[in-house]
Amino acid sequence: MSLIDTFLSRVDALSERSGQSVSTLSRKLFNDGKGITRLRQGGQMTIKTMDAAMSKLEDLESKAEGKDAMRMTHLDRLEAESIHIMREVASQCENPVMLYSVGKDSSVMLHLAEKAFYPSPPPFPLLHVDTMWKFKEMIEFRDRRAKEVGMELHVHINPDGIAQDMNPFTYGSAVHTDVMKTQGLKQALDKYGFDAAFGGARRDEEKSRAKERIFSFRNESHRWDAKNQRPELWDIYNARVHKGESMRVFPISNWTELDIWQYIEREKIQIPDLYLSKKRPVVKKDGVYFLVDDDRMPIGPDEVIEEKMVRFRTLGCYPLTGAVESEADTLPDVIQEMLLTTTSERQGRVIDSDAGASMEQKKEEGYF
Amino acid sequence: MAHLDDLIAKDIHAYLRAQENKSYLRFITCGSVDDGKSTLIGRLLYDSKLIYEDQLASIEKDSKKSGTQGDKIDLALLVDGLAAEREQGITIDVAYRFFSTDKRKFIVADTPGHVQYTRNMATGASTADVAVLLIDARYGVQEQTRRHAFIASIVGIKHVVVAVNKMDIVDFDQSVYNAIDVEFREFAKDLGFLDISCIPMSALDGDNVINRSEKADWYNGPTLLGYLETVDVDSATMGNPFRLPVQWVNRPNLDFRGYSGTVASGVVSVGDDIIVVPSGKRSKVKEIVTMDGNLELAREDMAITLTLEDEIDISRGDIICKTDAPAEQADQFQAHIIWMSENRLFPGRQYLIKTANKTVPASISKLKHRIDINDFSEVAANTLELNEIGVATLSTTAPIAFDSYNDNQTTGAFIIVDKQTNATMGAGMLDFALRRAKNVVWQELDVNKAARSSQKGQKPALLWFTGLSGSGKSTIANLVEKRLMDMGRHTYTLDGDNVRHGMNRDLNFSKADRVENIRRIGEMSKLMVDAGLITIASFISPYRAERDMARELLEAGEFIEIHVNTPLEVAESRDVKGLYARARAGEIKNFTGIDSEYQAPENPEIVIDTTKMSAEAAADFIVDYLSDNGVFNVGEA
Repeated sequence: MSLIDTFLSRVDALSERSGQSVSTLSRKLFNDGKGITRLRQGGQMTIKTMDAAMSKLEDLESKAEGKDAMRMTHLDRLEAESIHIMREVASQCENPVMLYSVGKDSSVMLHLAEKAFYPSPPPFPLLHVDTMWKFKEMIEFRDRRAKEVGMELHVHINPDGIAQDMNPFTYGSAVHTDVMKTQGLKQALDKYGFDAAFGGARRDEEKSRAKERIFSFRNESHRWDAKNQRPELWDIYNARVHKGESMRVFPISNWTELDIWQYIEREKIQIPDLYLSKKRPVVKKDGVYFLVDDDRMPIGPDEVIEEKMVRFRTLGCYPLTGAVESEADTLPDVIQEMLLTTTSERQGRVIDSDAGASMEQKKEEGYF
Repeated sequence: MAHLDDLIAKDIHAYLRAQENKSYLRFITCGSVDDGKSTLIGRLLYDSKLIYEDQLASIEKDSKKSGTQGDKIDLALLVDGLAAEREQGITIDVAYRFFSTDKRKFIVADTPGHVQYTRNMATGASTADVAVLLIDARYGVQEQTRRHAFIASIVGIKHVVVAVNKMDIVDFDQSVYNAIDVEFREFAKDLGFLDISCIPMSALDGDNVINRSEKADWYNGPTLLGYLETVDVDSATMGNPFRLPVQWVNRPNLDFRGYSGTVASGVVSVGDDIIVVPSGKRSKVKEIVTMDGNLELAREDMAITLTLEDEIDISRGDIICKTDAPAEQADQFQAHIIWMSENRLFPGRQYLIKTANKTVPASISKLKHRIDINDFSEVAANTLELNEIGVATLSTTAPIAFDSYNDNQTTGAFIIVDKQTNATMGAGMLDFALRRAKNVVWQELDVNKAARSSQKGQKPALLWFTGLSGSGKSTIANLVEKRLMDMGRHTYTLDGDNVRHGMNRDLNFSKADRVENIRRIGEMSKLMVDAGLITIASFISPYRAERDMARELLEAGEFIEIHVNTPLEVAESRDVKGLYARARAGEIKNFTGIDSEYQAPENPEIVIDTTKMSAEAAADFIVDYLSDNGVFNVGEA
């Protein structure tokens, strides 16, 4: 059967099924009510016209089957699952909070929260555990977004860290991260008595995260017990805790980095400009470029501040977050670069590269 | 594969549009310890180019240190996440993995093979649409295979792929494959799978995983990935009745009241007639609200918010259904249970049952049997230990809306939570209700006599036993109540002993007080009948007028007068309490039959002649009468 014969028989089948006349379909496919009749009589079409008509025919066929309204793409399903999780927390927990780290995953999480409770604002506050070393742009972005969404924002900085003048240079990244992030987070959770905290971790990020539940139980000292997790079946989540215990809840567990970017693009979600490339002052240390975000960045005698087209694949403390050289200054370009790249996302973060199981240990100690 | 797509480099916008239409599939991989599950997943990730250079470098390093494949890269190391697992070389928990092709995004639950991790497999299977069961070609169908197929079936997975792995070791011998194919289909024929596909493969070398194997040229079926990309798991359930378990009531202000939840099954449109289970309240769908604009139509798996035409009271735990096929509600069920805790199941202990959207105290009233998951036989058992599966009766303290798990995997599933520790102890699947309260759903009811009666599954009645002292009233009345209790009926008996000492302590045996006595008993009985009880009153009640007065208090048919007809001489000769003797001696005044008259009923519903009928036979006779008169068939459709 030739391509044209196949085409014509599909048009006939569609006409019969949908009750639309052949000339109506002809108008939709060719902008010409007589196009199909001419084709049937042996008339000619350019290949380009035929291709266009064929793709329109496919659209019409799927509409006729009611598939369009009913179809859920993988992003639709991920979105629905995340919304379901957030609504469970709002219903089951007394005093939940959303950890907001200002990165792209947090941006997606915040957007999902708006969707989950619309037209109500999300029924919980945001919490940012600040380390005093975040990019300036992140702080501005954070304050603006909280205001726009209409959610209360708690910011916590570990006072011990302030007293010790904590920084990643003299104390090292491990101590800095432990004091400012892990200890700071635990302090904040205790201070407000939150019984559930949303986090934007994904299972594709790291091996031990792949095994963590969506509702992850933490004892009074915020510890995760990897070998004694609550079974989690279907979409029934057990968020029951005693006083002092809590849940870490990961609504975007099943998203991958690519899903996140595609969703940001599809939904036009705001993210900090740091993800897009532009000329920024950087300094190279151990082969990695770091942003000179303020004058606290120590510049060694052999080091020079350069202007480079750079962007960041992940956002954290600026002295711990390596920049990548890139020309990608729009979102699609970033996605393109990400897809063509061959190193994984977390590599820019110093925290993971210590030892194979270090994230697992950190999580057991209360890190997100 | 996604990451090789020329479009990425050429036209990223076109690529992104194309990716937006990807569908989604969740599957589980399971098999024995050394069947090569982790290697298979590693292979899928590796061949779909989803391993980054730095991950690969780290795996190469680890392969030399702890790998089991000599010089080859140990792909399993990509997947075994926890430190303990890497050291022991086994998978102890469910790990979720992700990869995608141009057609689909996949979520893989990689589950452990060991017997002691049945719970983990059930966990992984509960969210999967397809199960990939690995079989080592050298060993064929093993106990593990049976167990995994059984768990997959019990959790409701309909599509099974039998991955006959390690075909390289048997030189891709077609007869080995055929034998396994036949054996598996034979034993799985009663497990309720919709389709079974057997694929000969080598995960280690990649044959028939993504790329077609040249060594198995006799095999014409799809590769594993080919199958996973095309299997249709979506359309089968779309025609099911609409269910929206209400998760959260959305009330931003006084003008908006929405009901948020994820559609568990079916489709709903604006204007549809809905009914709320269990309250039975009805309305119409006014809007389907989302942040991206209102919808005309919503389908299974969408997270939506409904508003209704009427202001009715709906809360978390309710299920919104369409009026054509509402969910059932009940408080007693038969269910399949998978026990997941080291502390065994205690029948009778109160646990919490958590369904899709409701938490309610409940107990396992009785364990019917345990299922031996190796040969699916039923074994008598009083308890379930960790990783055991059984069938039990379950009763909840309040009725819940539900469907059978077979009909609906969202509204038929539950977990069991320990009240003290809050730990998740087990999971269950509702089979059917043992006692239905179906009819409550059809219309909104006030809490009244009819509602209470329907709740108890019986028509309330007042069995009024009358007769001389010592005629046998109390004996028969007690037997009747016992029989009713055995049948699960709700009863209460009023007799001289519990009334005279309390409520009527102020009354004596004068005629006036006897009348007042019966009046109070009549009123009391009326309240009990109103409460839906089968009430039993056992009093001499000598005067016709007072008995008729009690009859008048009730609705027609509710008052059942039972004359325990024992002649005075017989009663007096029995004289169990010695009262006749004392009355004859003048010690007791106004004793019925001696110095006070007994007016026998003229048209009693039942007459018992105790000189011809034993007390047991009399009780049976009365229960039969109640049954014949429809006292018991209430609430059954």
